[in-house]
Amino acid sequence: MAESKLLNLQDAIKRYIPSGSSLVIGATLETMIPFAAGHEIIRQGKKNLTLIGPISDILFDQLIGAGCVSSVKAAWVGNVITGSGYNFRRGVENGSITVEDHSNLTITMALRAGAMGLPFMPTLTALGGDLYKTNTGIKEIDCPFTGRKLTAVASINPDVAVIHVQRSDEHGNAHAWGNFGIAREACLASEKIILTAEEIVETEFIKRDPNRVITPGFRVSAVVHAPWGAHPSPAPGFYNRDHEFFLEYREFSKNRESFRNWLETWVTPVRNSGDYRKILGAGRMDSLKIKNHMLSEGVDYGY
Amino acid sequence: MDTDIAGFNMRQVMVSAASAEIKNGEVVFVGMRLPMLAFFLAKSLHAADAVGLYELGIARDSVAPMPLMTMGDLPNLSGSLWLADTGDMMGLLQRGLVDASFIGGAQVDRFGNLNTSYVRDKNGKVTRLPGSGGACDLASLGKRHIIIMSHEKHRFVERVDYLTSPGYGTGVEWRKEKGLTGGGPSAVITTLGVLRFDIKTGEMYLASTHPGVTVEDVLKNTGWSLKISDTLSVTRAPGREEIDILKNLDPGGFWTGN
Repeated sequence: MAESKLLNLQDAIKRYIPSGSSLVIGATLETMIPFAAGHEIIRQGKKNLTLIGPISDILFDQLIGAGCVSSVKAAWVGNVITGSGYNFRRGVENGSITVEDHSNLTITMALRAGAMGLPFMPTLTALGGDLYKTNTGIKEIDCPFTGRKLTAVASINPDVAVIHVQRSDEHGNAHAWGNFGIAREACLASEKIILTAEEIVETEFIKRDPNRVITPGFRVSAVVHAPWGAHPSPAPGFYNRDHEFFLEYREFSKNRESFRNWLETWVTPVRNSGDYRKILGAGRMDSLKIKNHMLSEGVDYGY
Repeated sequence: MDTDIAGFNMRQVMVSAASAEIKNGEVVFVGMRLPMLAFFLAKSLHAADAVGLYELGIARDSVAPMPLMTMGDLPNLSGSLWLADTGDMMGLLQRGLVDASFIGGAQVDRFGNLNTSYVRDKNGKVTRLPGSGGACDLASLGKRHIIIMSHEKHRFVERVDYLTSPGYGTGVEWRKEKGLTGGGPSAVITTLGVLRFDIKTGEMYLASTHPGVTVEDVLKNTGWSLKISDTLSVTRAPGREEIDILKNLDPGGFWTGN
């Protein structure tokens, strides 16, 4: 039997995300964003991280505000339901972070190239646009077959992908469902993978439904049991999106001082997911739980 | 305009006008916020068979069973047609299989180029905005796209400070020269009116003003000498049924007011 990769969140982040790492954290745009893992990165005071992603709702803004980040390669950084990310804005405007501007398609292609072991992927997006001016990984090429203009997107192979899943075994064989964003490319492109999971289950449980596996477990470095680990983003099958949280965050993140207060409430005092859930409170958790269940039929993988 | 007297407000007129851009049976790539409401309104009224694609990796042919704040809310995943990868949705778009898309913007210019990345004020100070998201892709690759934004002078500029999402560039031939396969913007729905594009020049013109808005209001809030259609009309006011549907879609009035 393979060795268990189960670690607590502190040890997983300590071991696999040194300062200076490049990481995908929040590859699913709005759902299943690994906020618990992001908050542990903040607590451990990591520096000079490069954040890579399409849209990671407010997680990138939090990591930037906490001083963990020196560069961002992303399509969109902000607060999905309210707009601007104020820490991101301050960081770019005062020069403390640099940005390579992507679109959702170019970042997908960058990671897909990484996943395929290729130097770049071609696409038809962004031709004539200014992404070319603020991203050194985007260049125009001529198609060798048709001669038409194409946008070549340089591959990205992140050091680490942090992905939140519904359930994993202790070896990193994991089920995820819902929309996938660029999570599958991110896993395949990254050197290491950390999974945070709502539930830890037996291997047999995973193997009974291999179509639902997000990435092969042999590539996973660490598995962390992190219930409510994606809050305030939604986790299909577990909890809904906590809109109030995002609205409150908008207010707190408007200036540096109130953002510090926000960190003191939601990040600094937390040692484990139990602490976080205590701060969240039973009433709020109840209000976010799934109330209208829709179970799928099982399928037969037999022979 | 006083909502109580007219029975609607400008945001509702905007969403209503945007929904009218969608035809039944079309494949629509749906953007964040107001575009989402416009799509749902169209599906509830005249475009019941339209299919929605969402950059998160969602394809859906029905309006979510509950009001949404955003496309990633679980009611928008539950009972969808397909839950997949962002790359899958982008593939459909890049293959030319998307009829229309909706995008919001912070700054637009006379050729419909859109900026959601960096804006510069009069003193040269740069403000960083969230960025493209999928907007550049929708504007590059969709058969047509519809822009929804607030009509203010500092947003309607002669030339965008940064070209995030291509419109007609510097004129109608520009897209072809650059190799863009999508058709370009077909309409800009604003808080004051509906603007369209001259097919000969690629330049934006005023097609209709919203009820109660004058041409002067529009010109005052536009940063170049905007052309006016010879057949300028008044945007159709949303009827009682539309307002009721909108109130069901946005019961707290977060997006469209009360």
